[in-house]
Amino acid sequence: MNGAKGGVAGLARRLAAREVSSVEVVRAHLDVIASVESRALGAFLAVDAEHALADAQAADERRARGEAGPLTGVPVAHKDIFVTDHARSGLPTTAGSKMLAGYQSPFDATVVARLGTAGAGMVTLGKLNCDEFAMGSSNENSAFGPVLNPWDATRVPGGSSGGSAAAVAARLVPAATGTDTGGSIRQPASFCGVTGIKPTYGLCSRWGMVAFASSLDQAGPLARTAEDCALLLSAMSGFDARDATSAERPPVDLHAAMQTQREGATAGRPLAGLRIGLPKEFFPAALAADVAGAVRAALAELEKLGATLVDVSLPRTELAIPVYYIIAPAEASSNLSRFDGVRYGHRTAAPADLMALYKQSRSEGFGPEVKRRIMIGTYVLSHGYYDAYYLQAQKLRRMIADDFQACFRQCDVIAGPVAPTVAWRLGAQAGDPVKAYLADIFTLPASLAGLPGMSVPAGTGEGGMPVGLQLIGNYFAEGTLLHAAHALQQATDWHLREPQR
Amino acid sequence: MNTKVTKGAAPASAAAAAGPALVRGWEVVIGLETHAQLSTASKIFSGASTAFGAEPNTQACALDLALPGTLPVPNRGAVERAIRFGLAVGAKVAPMSIFARKNYFYPDLPKGYQISQYEIPVVQGGTMSFVVGGGSNGAGTTKTVRLTRAHLEEDAGKSLHEDYHGMTGIDLNRAGTPLLEIVSEPDMRSSAEAVEYARALHTLVVWLGICDGNMQEGSFRCDANVSIRRPGAPFGTRREIKNLNSFRFLQQAIDAEVQWQIERLEDGLAIEQATVLFDPATGQTRAMRTKEDAHDYRYFPDPDLPPLVIAPEWVERVRAAMPELPGAMAERFQRDDGLPAYDAAMMTQSLAFARCYEAVRAASGQPKLAANWLMGEVSKRLNAEERAIDAMPVAPAVLGALIRRVADSTVSNNGARQVFEALWAEGADSTDAAARVDAQIDALGLRQMNDASALEAIVDEVIAANAKSVQEFRAGKDKAFNALVGQVMKASKGKANPAQAGELLRQRLGGAGG
Repeated sequence: MNGAKGGVAGLARRLAAREVSSVEVVRAHLDVIASVESRALGAFLAVDAEHALADAQAADERRARGEAGPLTGVPVAHKDIFVTDHARSGLPTTAGSKMLAGYQSPFDATVVARLGTAGAGMVTLGKLNCDEFAMGSSNENSAFGPVLNPWDATRVPGGSSGGSAAAVAARLVPAATGTDTGGSIRQPASFCGVTGIKPTYGLCSRWGMVAFASSLDQAGPLARTAEDCALLLSAMSGFDARDATSAERPPVDLHAAMQTQREGATAGRPLAGLRIGLPKEFFPAALAADVAGAVRAALAELEKLGATLVDVSLPRTELAIPVYYIIAPAEASSNLSRFDGVRYGHRTAAPADLMALYKQSRSEGFGPEVKRRIMIGTYVLSHGYYDAYYLQAQKLRRMIADDFQACFRQCDVIAGPVAPTVAWRLGAQAGDPVKAYLADIFTLPASLAGLPGMSVPAGTGEGGMPVGLQLIGNYFAEGTLLHAAHALQQATDWHLREPQR
Repeated sequence: MNTKVTKGAAPASAAAAAGPALVRGWEVVIGLETHAQLSTASKIFSGASTAFGAEPNTQACALDLALPGTLPVPNRGAVERAIRFGLAVGAKVAPMSIFARKNYFYPDLPKGYQISQYEIPVVQGGTMSFVVGGGSNGAGTTKTVRLTRAHLEEDAGKSLHEDYHGMTGIDLNRAGTPLLEIVSEPDMRSSAEAVEYARALHTLVVWLGICDGNMQEGSFRCDANVSIRRPGAPFGTRREIKNLNSFRFLQQAIDAEVQWQIERLEDGLAIEQATVLFDPATGQTRAMRTKEDAHDYRYFPDPDLPPLVIAPEWVERVRAAMPELPGAMAERFQRDDGLPAYDAAMMTQSLAFARCYEAVRAASGQPKLAANWLMGEVSKRLNAEERAIDAMPVAPAVLGALIRRVADSTVSNNGARQVFEALWAEGADSTDAAARVDAQIDALGLRQMNDASALEAIVDEVIAANAKSVQEFRAGKDKAFNALVGQVMKASKGKANPAQAGELLRQRLGGAGG
């Protein structure tokens, strides 16, 4: 059943043409997911075939009634940081943590609801592995085991949306949701050779996302192509009254925006007039040669398509690391206080008293990286340290955002690498968390500024591992990013390459 | 209010110049933090109901339980009530205020933090003025207390330590209930002032319709910061008495705390900053925690909530809908109705009371008599039956009609009390108020004798029958005259108008004596 697999746009087209049914598509994907080979990847934490097939059936019926939307019947899987109504979906929500093992949410995240049966009509296949509470960049922090990189099983898939990126790369799903707090969509997309976009902060509702760092967390899609991402992001984004930080803006059709021809563009030069800024801080001497080479090659392609490259500067790029590793843990330390063993989640056996209930439940339920960040966050918010750390970090965050605005006076889009290297080997950074933090340098600035950023496949580097090109746009300029990425993907085939299995 | 005037030297009527009353030579310094539960139907950040008394945990939604993925959204009704309060106390309504997280672990605090306002509250400054002391005859003094701020926050749930056999039950129905925490400056100098401040605040929040004021249900509760010092000395170390939910406990707790602090300082011991609880059973305060084991709450702006922006237009809309405030209304009653300050304050003890006064005054045309009746007979009966003014069985129009009959001498004051009692028992509503009153006067046979000839006959009979009293009166004994009036009243079976009877007696007796 060859027509039952493929990317989002392709499947949508075949479903619309009735060449294939959603039940057939979903069954084909469930079969692949269930294979020994797929299971070894560790991408899925939960699959509920029964509910998925029922949803597929419902999607086919919806199409028969003539009520199908562009995504109806196409399968999707969600990062296990999104809560899924257990009664509806049969799927637990764990956030990759022992703390929430088996937790059954009574409601769906807004993103899940908008993509699902009640909204666009996509069929949820299951929940995807991730770093515990989305804290990490290798997916090795999941309490339920690591995810392997489909391109090389000895390497990490990146994180924290490692399961999402690996599942899309291994063709287990046409598309997946992810979340990005400091790079958690872009970096695994880069490491696994898929396309991923973190939209502007506030574009997607955070209702139903297990919170890591509230002022940074954003949902976004990972898929094979910019076009697929545009289709998903259009469906999952938009104002939500249940999230006070949700942007109150009219909905946008990013798929249409992606295809809209630029003024002055020609067939051969679709990006004519587009100014792409290259921050010199994104191309340091220490940048791995393979990554630099792949990114330069992609930039050359963009130039061929009519774009102009301009030198710009983001002088506080290095400062983004300490700023992020103060603000994110500070918010996390507070957000994770609710996991106290009192109402739900892991509770220690027979605690001696209330304090023991708290200490043991949390000590047993949280993994080392989560504990580390709670400790850091608690410290920087403590009396006497708040001004020195948290307040300073907030001031710098504002300056970093201002630096971007200065750049956007000179360019329309900022480009650079997503990560300084290709995917590293499993365990390579064990025992050295700071080394992993430093590798977030190129994704953190856009996160702190709340800007949209994406990772677009840009060929391969060392060991044949994928390299991602990062594109950063101004606020709510997702259409511009997707348009540029789509143009690149029309002209190149990096995004079509698949891992050998 | 910080003028230093030694006790006794100040003119009794000028509050501003009055020095603080000292306790054994110590000046008492009190500031209050008051939590007023805002009367919104739903919680401050969720859609769950705020109704009191439901089965445990039936009014706690996913957000109140702090389930993963839930987010707070501010309730505009709660914000609007805060604006109303700010305008009523002449405070600045902040165009932008910040919700912050106060982090601590407790089982009835589901998120592990309370959403409150910390550095930038919604209401900034303001004052509360109220009358201390005085009575219907003695003028009270007006005291003004400065407010520091008032901020919005959510309430916690309840820990239930009984009925669970060594375990603790958690009821999250109250979690997320909107509170306005009103913080005063340390401007009060006695427990009596603190109580009057709290009463005035209570009156105001109920008046404004932002709080139901139900103290038994915890809708209005106070924390008192208490310290003592020698006059002129810097502030002493304060201790905070938590959770006082009656005016009586507030007074008792402060008095007990002041005694404790005085004894301690006079024994040469230091006061340690602490949070204390008042035990009504023992009448003592006891320390709950000291500064050393105080929490580090790690306040920081809540990243789930953007700054609370209040546009000037919103403030103006709220201002336009504000009721006349008790202070302004009391001034009006003094100015237009000629009521003494004390009476005016009493008539504005609640909006319902003021509305009743205005109705009785309108129906009677007698402001002072209306006030007297409401402060006297009406309040006495309401208190005895533990009724609120709006549950008075006699309609204001009926009371007004009765007062009119007193004023036009149809019935005596004493007679009117009997009529009132009968109307109360009957549950007199406002239909045909005047006819209803007249019928009751006649039914009780209390219509005063306005037939001059009949009264003259009685007076003549009394003079004839009481030669001794007449003699004494003529000899200059006032008492004898009163005895004669009494005899006339007796002979008329109480129907004579005492003033008229007196006048007639004097005429007949030739105006000599008293």
